[in-house]
This record gives sequence, structure tokens and C-alpha cells, in this order.
Amino acid sequence: MKLEILHELNAERAARRAAILVTDTENGEQRLVKAADFAKDPLRAELDKQLRMGKSANVEAGGKKLFLNVYAPTAKLVIVGAVHISQALAPLARSLGYDVTVVDPRTAFASPERFPDIPLVAEWPDTALPPLNVDAYTAFVAVTHDPKIDDPALLHAFERNCFYIGALGSRKTHAKRGDRLRAQGARDTDIARIHAPIGLAIGAVSPSEIAVSIMAEITAVLRLPPKEKEEAA
Amino acid sequence: MLDRDEDILKAAEDWQKAGRGVALATVVETWGSAPRPAGSSLVINDEGTFLGSVSGGCVEGAVVTEAMDVIQSGKPRMLEFGVADETAWNVGLSCGGTIRVFVEKVG
Repeated sequence: MKLEILHELNAERAARRAAILVTDTENGEQRLVKAADFAKDPLRAELDKQLRMGKSANVEAGGKKLFLNVYAPTAKLVIVGAVHISQALAPLARSLGYDVTVVDPRTAFASPERFPDIPLVAEWPDTALPPLNVDAYTAFVAVTHDPKIDDPALLHAFERNCFYIGALGSRKTHAKRGDRLRAQGARDTDIARIHAPIGLAIGAVSPSEIAVSIMAEITAVLRLPPKEKEEAA
Repeated sequence: MLDRDEDILKAAEDWQKAGRGVALATVVETWGSAPRPAGSSLVINDEGTFLGSVSGGCVEGAVVTEAMDVIQSGKPRMLEFGVADETAWNVGLSCGGTIRVFVEKVG
């Protein structure tokens, strides 16, 4: 690997941007394709697919045997609300490979006794969220049921273009939430991005089951191509 | 978005900048139950120090030896390892696997 490619790859990784290293396995020739450049690449379909799956693979193109090595940032899950559901959601998400952080300004909720080993930030979203570097490789869920906490958090998630945004609450609660967020400057397209009621409809009742339905929905958004994603939702 | 131990790429860059000869070994293909998925890599310097893994321990020794040659020659090479059934069992695999590892010089 040429030093400039390695240097560029490390810079992309440090900035939490995805890239794929394409290696001709016959002659060792290499090029790095940054995620932002996928659309104009001749291998765009393959690059998109492998990045979505988070999986490195061999492909044949133009008579060449190519190895696509995927470098994607570790996915993060930010949970706003240190509630009962979150106690099940945090360890489940971690077992699926996510870096998990729980945010809740209410110290009685955000206590280490309730969340052993999970990073906790007992601050209001305006203070807690900016340092967390929320980005397009972040899934974001707001589950406090309290507009004072959930609403500013959701506005932050829109701004940072999270790949998944979910919020707890019935359709009725969600309609009211939409009105409030619009009044604070959110666009209809932002509000349409919120998965609410949160989670896949699997009849979940207990906090653990709701956690499973949320992680199933996040997984579907992460892995399915856009069309099948609509069908699953 | 998978969990990967890629600080080894940072180590590769640091070692190279410190004037060491460096090679990178990457799993490019697996058949059967291979211990590490495609994309897993190992970085080796000319003192024989290595970080990361391509097989969870079965073939690292051989990869490091080959990597020394690659650092010398500068020519990449493709290695293929079959994990014998008995070995596979010993490392906790239920059946044998085969892996192909691409070894290249850095710099």
C-alpha cells in the first residue's frame, strides 16, 4: 500500500467517514474510494452494496479481480432517556457492536446503578449532545416521553443527519410532537424521518421486547436497500 | 460500521514514518469456517513485531515470515492457508476453513 493511500485512509477513518480500498489482487494496484465519491465511480453499485453490508468482498469487473476492503466507522447509538426501555436497549445495542451513550438530565434516571458500564451523560441535550459527535453513522433514539428533553435532542439529530431517528410515543403523541418541532423550525422532511411509534411492529410489550423491536428497526434501516426498507417499515 | 481493530493502520503509518520496513497482510477470501472475516488484517514491521490478526493465531507465524520477504522484495504476494480439520478443532472451529491472505509492502 502506498504511503499516501494509507495516510488518506487513516485521515478518513479519524474523521469518521467511510471509504473502500480497491485492490487488484493480481498485480497489487490499489485505489481508495471515499464514500463521497461513490456516486461517480464505475463500481458504484458494488461499493454501495458492500458499504451497506459493512462487509469486505471480492468482485470481478472489467476482467479484473478486485478486493473491496470496507472501512466504515463504528456505528453509534445515542439514547436520550435513561428509562426502563433504555436499560434493556443499551446492552442489546452494545452486543450488536454499537458504541452506546445514554443521555438524561435527570440524575435519578441516569445513574450508574441502573446502567452499569454504559457511558452516561446526566446533562440536558444542548450540553450533552454536541461533544458526542453525533453523525451519519449514529442511530438516535429519544425515549424520555418529555418534550423538554426529547424535542431539542431530535432537532440535534436532524441537524447531524443520523441514519436512524426514532422517538417513543403513540401516533397522537407523535402528531403533537411534529407540530412542536415545526414551530421550532424543523422541516416536514425532518419530521418524516422520525420512526414513530418507534420499533418494528412485533407486538412488543416488555421493555426488553421493545428494545428488540427498536434494534430490529435500526438493523433494517442500516442493512436493507432503500426499497426493501420501505416494505419492512 | 462494524467493530474492527483498525488502529493497526495507524501503527502501520507510524512505523513507516519512523523508518521501519512495514508490510500489511489482509484476509481477502475465506471458505468454510474461517476464524477471521475478509478485511481482517495484520501489520508487521521488519523487526518482526506485529499487530492484529488474520486467523486468530493459526497461521500468523507463517504470514509474518512471508511478510519479511515482502518487505525485502517490495512485491506483493497472495498466500493460501487451509486450516486442517484437527487444527480447526483445536482453535474452536467446528470444521476446516481456508483463507487467502494478501501481503503487501507499505510505502
